[in-house]
Amino acid sequence: MSYIIDRRENAKKKSTVNRQRFLRRYKQHIKRAVEEAIHDRSIKEIDQGGQVTIPRRDISEPTFHHGEGGLRHKIFPGNKEFVEGDEFKRPESGGGGGAGKGKASNQGEGEDDFTFTISQEEFLDFMFEDLELPWMVRKQLKDATSFETRRAGFTSSGSPEKLHIVRSLRAAHARRIALTDKHVRQQIRALRKELWALEDAPPSVEKTDKITALRAQIAELEKGSRKLPFLDDFDLRYTNLVRVPLPSTKAVMFCVMDVSGSMTQSVKDIAKRFFILLYLFLNRNYKQIEVVFVRHHTHAKEVDEQEFFYSRETGGTIVSSALALTADIIDKRYPPADWNIYIAQASDGDNWDGDSTTCSKILIDRILPKTQYYAYVEITTGPHQNLWHEYEQVREAFKEQFAMQQITEAGEIYPVFRRLFEKRTEGAVHES
Amino acid sequence: MSRKKRQPISTGSDWTFELIEAYDREIARVAQDFGLDTYPNQIEVITSEQMMDAYSSVGMPLNYNHWSFGKQFVETEQNYTRGRMGLAYEIVINSNPCIAYLMEENTITMQALVIAHACYGHNSFFKGNYLFRTWTDASAIIDYLLFAKNYIRRCEEKHGVEEVEQLLDSCHALMNYGVNRYKRPRPLTAAEERERQQDREEYIQRHLNDLWNTTVPRKADSDDRKHPRFPADPEENILYFIEKNAPLLEPWQREIVRIVRKVAQYFYPQKQTQVMNEGWACFWHYTLLHQLYDEGLVTDGFMMEFLHSHSSVVYQPPFDSPYFSGINPYTLGYNMMQDIRRICEKPTDEDREWFPDIADSDWKQTLDHAMRNFKDESFILQYLSPRLMRELKLFSIMDDSNRPVLKVDAIHNERGYRQLRESLSAQYNLGNREPNIQVWNVNVRGDRALTLRHYMHNSQPLGQSTEEVLRHVHRLWGFDVQLESVLPDGTVAKQYACPPREQKVEAI
Repeated sequence: MSYIIDRRENAKKKSTVNRQRFLRRYKQHIKRAVEEAIHDRSIKEIDQGGQVTIPRRDISEPTFHHGEGGLRHKIFPGNKEFVEGDEFKRPESGGGGGAGKGKASNQGEGEDDFTFTISQEEFLDFMFEDLELPWMVRKQLKDATSFETRRAGFTSSGSPEKLHIVRSLRAAHARRIALTDKHVRQQIRALRKELWALEDAPPSVEKTDKITALRAQIAELEKGSRKLPFLDDFDLRYTNLVRVPLPSTKAVMFCVMDVSGSMTQSVKDIAKRFFILLYLFLNRNYKQIEVVFVRHHTHAKEVDEQEFFYSRETGGTIVSSALALTADIIDKRYPPADWNIYIAQASDGDNWDGDSTTCSKILIDRILPKTQYYAYVEITTGPHQNLWHEYEQVREAFKEQFAMQQITEAGEIYPVFRRLFEKRTEGAVHES
Repeated sequence: MSRKKRQPISTGSDWTFELIEAYDREIARVAQDFGLDTYPNQIEVITSEQMMDAYSSVGMPLNYNHWSFGKQFVETEQNYTRGRMGLAYEIVINSNPCIAYLMEENTITMQALVIAHACYGHNSFFKGNYLFRTWTDASAIIDYLLFAKNYIRRCEEKHGVEEVEQLLDSCHALMNYGVNRYKRPRPLTAAEERERQQDREEYIQRHLNDLWNTTVPRKADSDDRKHPRFPADPEENILYFIEKNAPLLEPWQREIVRIVRKVAQYFYPQKQTQVMNEGWACFWHYTLLHQLYDEGLVTDGFMMEFLHSHSSVVYQPPFDSPYFSGINPYTLGYNMMQDIRRICEKPTDEDREWFPDIADSDWKQTLDHAMRNFKDESFILQYLSPRLMRELKLFSIMDDSNRPVLKVDAIHNERGYRQLRESLSAQYNLGNREPNIQVWNVNVRGDRALTLRHYMHNSQPLGQSTEEVLRHVHRLWGFDVQLESVLPDGTVAKQYACPPREQKVEAI
């Protein structure tokens, strides 16, 4: 006797827990793979998910087993030309070998690395683990400055243009029904029926009298209900509209980069990667992101991505030109009420001496009050330049929005990026 | 054969539950006519995703959580989605009722094949073979796994996932050494396990204290030889020894060690009967479906499809083929079963000489006897015929690390038959395949160091991960652990220790 059961509707993802445990256990490997990918891949391919390769030996579960050596006999099928007593050289690394299935790795052969794919989602999760854009939550919940009007049921008070006629009449009808005597209503109805029947019949004197009598009777009975107003103030219903604060899900990211003569190609390359990271990061947190590229040497210019990253220009350095342009663009196109504004500036820290104070002035007066976050990275191996010292004062004034870090080589981009965007709870920020 | 009225059960390739039922009914009837004795069947239709899930938890419908199953899953998923590997058509579980999974993607032919193979082939093997009868309790395994899963989950809640995971890692490393090879274990019953678990915890802790508190650590120079070894006889079941005697384990840790070794014990017969089990199942799906064909219950198209997948399952690539990965247990087992039937029905003179007691006997009885009373090793030694060795063109290679060359020391000829058969049989002897390692001694009076002994087979040394396994033993035991590889004459060929011994610097 057999039972046949359809299990296809049963839970499918039974292995999810085990898979997660596996990923957790090899987190270090996966992170390393992710970081290598960030390091090595070209910028445009960076968010494509990816393959993680873990060396077999790191992932194998050890057991006691036999190693090479000693005496053994192995049986093989498919003999073609061998006869007893044939001798031949031992193949390199057990080429003629092959014990039972699953033994391959024990024989020192077939030790491929263990490669598996993580989805783009997982890739980015590992990349941005523990990170959260500062103040985003606050912006969404408290500082929401744009509103949307939404209907929210009906109220009994409001301005005349919001009067809801159907609802009001319905309420009036209900009130009238509620306030009249049930028996009286039934009587009137009966009399009316009688009246209509008479009116349909052929006319006669007797009938006319009866009709008159009935009408009088109905009028008498209706007298009571006529006292009730057809429409009372009490019946009026107004459409209720509420203003819902709308979290701003739009962000604009300004990439500000120095392309002056002092910026070498490798420094620019590091800056590029930093911007890419920021872009990917914002991409995960906002529905809509615009990116504005501002490059500068002695004067600043808004350019497209291609030009920003790939065209060459050299000259002196006046950082304030870029900041002024950024501030202008914000004023013109990105009202802070609608946009979360992020600015990332990369520079080698070199600036024309007299300009640094101008920079901090523009920052403090025109830019920082409107931005969510301003990150400055100085890419230099040498000592800090004058811009850094100037910015240190800015940081004092805008601790929560302004962050600066130094990067000396490509490998540091990611750690620095993480430090800049470390997950901070509101409380922790206030304490610091 | 009676082919008067051909009225096939189905003609299309799609399956329905009614059709599966109809095929199952017919196959069951035929199987009974052939005398197959089975547990009741529970046939479950599942999706390929569910099949992957089942795959990755060692084929069991439920199991405790562990990262290694996740690794298995990731690997399976990866290979499957890239088309590098097909999924097995079926998984069958040694339980009562016997649970078999059919994949929804299969055609009706494949479903019938799987029913014949798993629900009547494997099933009757599970019920009949002496190893399964002795070592596993088919009626209790699902309950026990449920108990184990819940117990381990509670431990994770109480002591943290990490800690439990580390413990399981260590136990898994010793899983092959968590079985009793000769002493029959008590059968598993989940209810009893639960009830007695508490008592056991108490008992073990008390018993342990007795063992350890009589021992006042002394100076190392006290003469070891005067005292009897502990354990008095070497213990083959290392996990058992650790569960009962490791000084520092908490009761819940002992319980987890126990769970792992119980599961290992459950799978132990499967490892020893792979050739027979698959051979038996293949033989019966072949025989049963042919019987249906002879009765006109299946179409020619059905048989073509069936034979196509049957022959790819029992194909043996030759040793020099890129697809070669050892001897295919399906091929060997299936051919041996067919060969036994042939010897019974149409013996040659050679067969009469080699197998005087089964030639001309009733094949059903002879096969049934073979299925019930053997494991791979003894089955091959008993039944591998010269004719089959010739058909498979078997040859033996001697690999002696003391010699610079390999030598073909036997081929499929009159002189080589016996040696081939013995060597092939030895290849399936778990005692040869896995190093023989046993608990040799505990320094009860001193530093509580545990000594394991590896009894070397043909002077084969231990492999690379030995030190790593020792670290796991050390984690479980809690004190120093050493391992000695011992030659047959008793001399120690190599020593391992965890933590590694410091080089002794001779004074003076």
